[in-house]
Amino acid sequence: MNSVIKGASYVLVHTPEMVVYNGTTQTTERVVNPESEYLKELRGHLRSYEDCVNYWPNQVYIGNAHPDELAQVEFPYFDKKKEGAERYGKYGEIMPEEEFLLLVQACDMFEVVKLDKNFVSAHKDAFAADPIITEDIVSKIEEGYELDEIKHFIENEHAEGLYHNNELVGCVRTAHDIDVNLSAHVMHENLMSKASSVLALLYAVRNAGINKEDVEYVIDCAEEACGDMNQRGGGNFAKAAAEVAGLVSATGSDSRGFCAGPTHALIEAAALVKSGAYKTVVVTAGGCTAKLGMNGKDHVKKGLPILEDCLGGFAVVISENDGVNPEINLDVLGRHTVGTGSAPQAVIGSLVTDPLDRVGWKVTDIDKFSPEMQNPDITKPAGAGDVPLANYKMIGALAVKRGDIDRKELPDFIQKHGLTGWAPTQGHIPSGVPYIGVAREDILAGNIKKAMIIGKGSLFLGRMTNLFDGVSFVIQANEGNDAAGTVSEEEVKGLIAKAMKEFAETLMAE
Amino acid sequence: MAILEGKKVIIIGDRDGVPGPAIAECVKTAGGEIVFSSTECFV
Repeated sequence: MNSVIKGASYVLVHTPEMVVYNGTTQTTERVVNPESEYLKELRGHLRSYEDCVNYWPNQVYIGNAHPDELAQVEFPYFDKKKEGAERYGKYGEIMPEEEFLLLVQACDMFEVVKLDKNFVSAHKDAFAADPIITEDIVSKIEEGYELDEIKHFIENEHAEGLYHNNELVGCVRTAHDIDVNLSAHVMHENLMSKASSVLALLYAVRNAGINKEDVEYVIDCAEEACGDMNQRGGGNFAKAAAEVAGLVSATGSDSRGFCAGPTHALIEAAALVKSGAYKTVVVTAGGCTAKLGMNGKDHVKKGLPILEDCLGGFAVVISENDGVNPEINLDVLGRHTVGTGSAPQAVIGSLVTDPLDRVGWKVTDIDKFSPEMQNPDITKPAGAGDVPLANYKMIGALAVKRGDIDRKELPDFIQKHGLTGWAPTQGHIPSGVPYIGVAREDILAGNIKKAMIIGKGSLFLGRMTNLFDGVSFVIQANEGNDAAGTVSEEEVKGLIAKAMKEFAETLMAE
Repeated sequence: MAILEGKKVIIIGDRDGVPGPAIAECVKTAGGEIVFSSTECFV
């Protein structure tokens, strides 16, 4: 019996100071061109927290607007304000940087995060007032340290600074004297990923309406690696985040595949639940500091704000079939294999049309496709085009080639079966998964019946292979069969035993 | 396609457009010499 999507969460963290200090476009520029105009102008292009909250794509991401509403907003989006925008949405929230730094300290188990005393006392109440933040997490907040101590760690012990409003408010220390895998830089990156994953987990459990104890397995599918010099990517972000989120019954592991990671992880989670190995599995991912301001040079050059100023996070709860929630159909899996090749037609064929052929469906049988859902407000000014649209054009072209639609119907196909991108360019975060929360609700409401989630990954960036990667799966309306309505193996054995006993009694009576 | 015959070619492919290896196949067919091929990811 297929597993179901019980709920999903989507969170953002506004981190303008990490754009400046931790985004690789900026850190690289400081090394190769420290006096550049870009670095001088950068700070003037950072958005305020309010502007970040009022931004249409961000409100769609946390669930305060439907992607169809975004499609009606005149492009570009950066100069439009979403009326009625709020910090909290039905899927999650947009957390401000100052509160997030407290969450990061609460997620630190090795005392490497040191926050300034005054900073802690100024923001602790606001942090504790966030309804999703538990008392247990608040209790982990330390009183803080003198600023001179923090400066000492940065100047003499290679610590990474933590900033708020362009002022030093803390640091992340190294976790080892010589191991680069535990350097302050790596610890900073990993703790930010972990903390944003924790936030996503907390919302996912709430949104699915389950108890924390119900979660039996967590899969982290972000793009960071934690470990030491003897096991660089040993892990395990999943269990580390589950610990802070209070998922006491869960074990877990990390699954990686660049941007395709989340889709791989969701297929694995669906298979784990369908097999009966675990009843409830959560797939989670935190955000990536390195990608903050990735396309910043183009944005500044064109007079735009730095739009890549948020860490993203998401989590999806996969459970046993309850007869209500949308199912993950494991019979319709797309897979880019070693032998598929890299031509765009071959890639989309392997991910979209090949799996449909296996079950005899047309391209038009899928109501909505969710490939790479990057926000075009970010990518178009940087010359990368409208990524979702490019994917829809290729899917539509294949539909025409197969005879599923007429060539004249192509523009309508893109509008009807496509979506306008709203996700931040955080690598794995925009890859297929941003639509799952919306798809679940649209299927439950009867607006659509089937959606295809497509994840693609740039494996060649790891310099281990020139290959590309991708997988896909279909979410469909529940067929109304729940696990409780079927007979278990134990029950069958019991029924047979009872029948045998009655038969034996009959024989003895004779 | 004759414009590539005997020419040295540098290829920068796009993950969400046409990737390097796919362009490389076309260049080879057209008689070009590939001196560098890479696929970039902008997202």
